[in-house]
Amino acid sequence: MVDTTVPKTRSFPKIEFTDSEAGAKEFPSSKSRTYSYYKPAKLRSTMYEDVTVDVQPDPDRHLTQGWLYGFGDGPGGYPVEWTKAVSTNWHAFLDPNEEWEQTIYRNNAAVVRQVSLCLDNAKRARAYSHWTPTWSTFIARNLGAWMHVENGLALHVFTPANRQGPTNMINTSLCVAAAHKMRFAQDLALFNLDLSEADIAFDGSVHKDVWQNAPEWQPTRQLVEEITAVHDWGEQVFATSIVLEQLVGQLFRSELVMQIAARNGDYVTPTIVGTGENDYARDLAGSRALFKMLTRDEQHGAANKVLFEGWLATWVPKAIAAARALQPIWSQPAEKTITFATSFDAAQEKFRQLLDEIGLDTPKELDR
Amino acid sequence: MSRQSLTKAHAKISELTWEPTFATPATKFGTDYTFEKAPKKDPLKQIMRSYFPMEEEKDNRVFGAMDGAIRGNMFRQVQQRWMEWQKLFLSIIPFPEISAARAMPLAIDAVPNPEIHNGLAVQMIDEVRHSTIQMNLKKLYMNNYIDPAGFDMTEKAFANNYAGTIGRQFGEGFITGDAITAANIYLTVVAETAFTNTLFVAMPDEAAANGDYLLPTVFHSVQSDESRHISNGYSILLMALADERNRPLLERDMRYAWWNNHCVVDAAIGTFIEYGTKDRRKDRESYAEMWQRWIYDDYYRSYLLPLEKYGLVIPHDLVEEAWNRITKKFYVHEVARFFATGWPVNYWRIDGMTDADFEWFEDKYPGWYARFGKWWEAYNRLKYPGKNKPIAFEDVGYEYPHRCWTCMVPALIREDMVVDKVDGQWRTYCSETCAWTDTTAFRPEYQGRETPNMGRLTGAREWETLHHGKDLADIIKDLGYVRDDGKTLIPQPHLDLDDPKKLWTLDDVRGIPFGSPNVTLNQMTDAERDAWAASYRANKNVSV
Ligand SMILES: [Fe+2]
Ligand SMILES: [Fe+2]
Ligand SMILES: [Zn+2]
Repeated sequence: MVDTTVPKTRSFPKIEFTDSEAGAKEFPSSKSRTYSYYKPAKLRSTMYEDVTVDVQPDPDRHLTQGWLYGFGDGPGGYPVEWTKAVSTNWHAFLDPNEEWEQTIYRNNAAVVRQVSLCLDNAKRARAYSHWTPTWSTFIARNLGAWMHVENGLALHVFTPANRQGPTNMINTSLCVAAAHKMRFAQDLALFNLDLSEADIAFDGSVHKDVWQNAPEWQPTRQLVEEITAVHDWGEQVFATSIVLEQLVGQLFRSELVMQIAARNGDYVTPTIVGTGENDYARDLAGSRALFKMLTRDEQHGAANKVLFEGWLATWVPKAIAAARALQPIWSQPAEKTITFATSFDAAQEKFRQLLDEIGLDTPKELDR
Repeated sequence: MSRQSLTKAHAKISELTWEPTFATPATKFGTDYTFEKAPKKDPLKQIMRSYFPMEEEKDNRVFGAMDGAIRGNMFRQVQQRWMEWQKLFLSIIPFPEISAARAMPLAIDAVPNPEIHNGLAVQMIDEVRHSTIQMNLKKLYMNNYIDPAGFDMTEKAFANNYAGTIGRQFGEGFITGDAITAANIYLTVVAETAFTNTLFVAMPDEAAANGDYLLPTVFHSVQSDESRHISNGYSILLMALADERNRPLLERDMRYAWWNNHCVVDAAIGTFIEYGTKDRRKDRESYAEMWQRWIYDDYYRSYLLPLEKYGLVIPHDLVEEAWNRITKKFYVHEVARFFATGWPVNYWRIDGMTDADFEWFEDKYPGWYARFGKWWEAYNRLKYPGKNKPIAFEDVGYEYPHRCWTCMVPALIREDMVVDKVDGQWRTYCSETCAWTDTTAFRPEYQGRETPNMGRLTGAREWETLHHGKDLADIIKDLGYVRDDGKTLIPQPHLDLDDPKKLWTLDDVRGIPFGSPNVTLNQMTDAERDAWAASYRANKNVSV
């Protein structure tokens, strides 16, 4: 090996005036200052498009030598067969949230600041001290159980889907959804930790048993576990974003927790759960756009609709069963300002609207 | 957060996982490794609550520097020789980055330890950061550097170019095949732990010496995430080592991953650093010296060697041979000359070497001038159109090489070339190890044991085959490497932009037939092939 122990004299590179800036000279292509290999959705390309489109190559686009590695049992790259849904052009999907590096960190850091501020204030104001024991039990058990849902879906639905989707635009939007859910799950866990350390009666570990054994949560856990066991990423995302989130997630988060927390003297929980609602609204915008694109596909729209209706037939009954099993928790808080029936009607109504926007018929189970 | 509350926070976060009883997550990406006996290893844990603000802060610094660079007219002092190579580098690197994001589910699938899943998922988000922040840097170059041609078609060029493809296999190596081979050994244990230092530290230093301080800003920021990734990889490696059955696979994968990374990364980064710089101070470290520091000392001696006591079989011979190729066999210099030979099918311009460069090379790599000096003199002599064809099609005593089927860098160290009939086709390889990678490692059986999850080498791996028998002008046109006047080429073998007569156009390269060495090879009789192989290995390819 080369001996590098000789002491070095310090020297510095010479900086030279090269006049290599744009416009210094005119020559062919000297003004060619936009990415020319794709057509932006609007007249001018967005930052999101410029940093996302075609970064993951595709033999259907510019890739000429094909994928260089295959799996032991099939082709490599990003096979479109990894979902049964079919598109004439998967690349037409653009994330309506236009997520890239800067938006991911700005948005999530803003949420972190909001949550931290809220928790700090709550501690300072001893906000938990006037929680009733029933309310703190409600939060320990149910919000405690819910954080598992978020974490499981983050790691076993959205994370693997980020490898399975066919384009960079789809995969990055799924990756961001995974990040959201992971952050939200952790926020709920750390809130649980704060409550365990607050001067109130709060059982910080009961959530494990509730999630694993309490009868009201078992159909939800079953639903989550069964979704994670699906191989088709499209079905996983559909079953999660379109079905579970609507009939169980929103039901629990928006139609229950957000509605009753204030009446039970709790202003902290809605702030945290509200960030999860907000994440879901963003993620849903993405999955709605994706499934809408697929039902409207000129060639495959009809087949996709049949496929999605099959997915609805599989997952809606399970989600309804999970929702109905949760009914007893509506009567746990001291201040019951809302009934399960009202909450569930609201969730179903939003679900119907969503299906309508995607172009799918309401499954018969809902009308019962 | 205090250490105590951090520990409590980590413990609380680990309560988020559970033992499923109704159904278990689908295994989507298989591995032949086993982790049943693996001890639970705790990697660096990441709390999202600190992660997002920390990364946002880093980003703000990067974006601030970008604004500053433009306001400060950085492009008045960047070296074109350097920036041109960024058209290649920055077309490649966002793909390996995004592939690293996509690789994380492979690792999560393979390793049954929830403790490690969180860290891997955070790495997934980091890698989206890296890919998009690099795309944004490239956009800034396109907007502000004198010659945007090549930046403007970046992802298309990446996808249809012979050099883009060499880089592409690096990213594809993370996401396909056996989950542990790809996402752990190749990506993390070798690429991130060993080679990101040359990629993200050594190369940015060279950028700064050439007037570009944005590349260092962005890439140092990227590199600052790597220690977490390295920690993820290390934990998985230790878990894999705990099960004896994994050891032969680990040995196989270390050999493949080490050698392929060397072939690909040293080819590219070595060329950028040695041939993209104008900084010829004698005390400026050569790529070989950087390699010794970052890869030999920091990686091989400090990271790999201590793993021997846990049962890892380290490819000592291949580390030594990589060093040998870089120092004695002039690997990087052969690669640079090959890139320059192929200039008409590049999407960047390559500056010729001058006396000052010759002197520096001779000082750093004794014997350089005798091997390469005359060729670079010819390159300068033939740099303008009109009187001659591009250098590849003139007789300068340089024989166009055959491509390595595995690493796709040509077999440039000619005496090491291997030729073999594999899967019914005569293939050439740059080295014994690349031949072994194709014939032995990437197969459904290894040392008598089933390895159904191991990947396969696929694709049209010899770029020249796609264009066999075509006219050079048509190839360049089809690839899209033409400027907006419809005739001037994007690539040029010099940096002169002032005189249009010095710029090559499609007309200057029309009528030149292009052939694939591999097609020709497969048409040979056994006797012809033997004679050809002997003469290939014997030809030192020295211009006189
Ligand atoms: Fe990275
Ligand atoms: Fe990384
Ligand atoms: Zn090779």
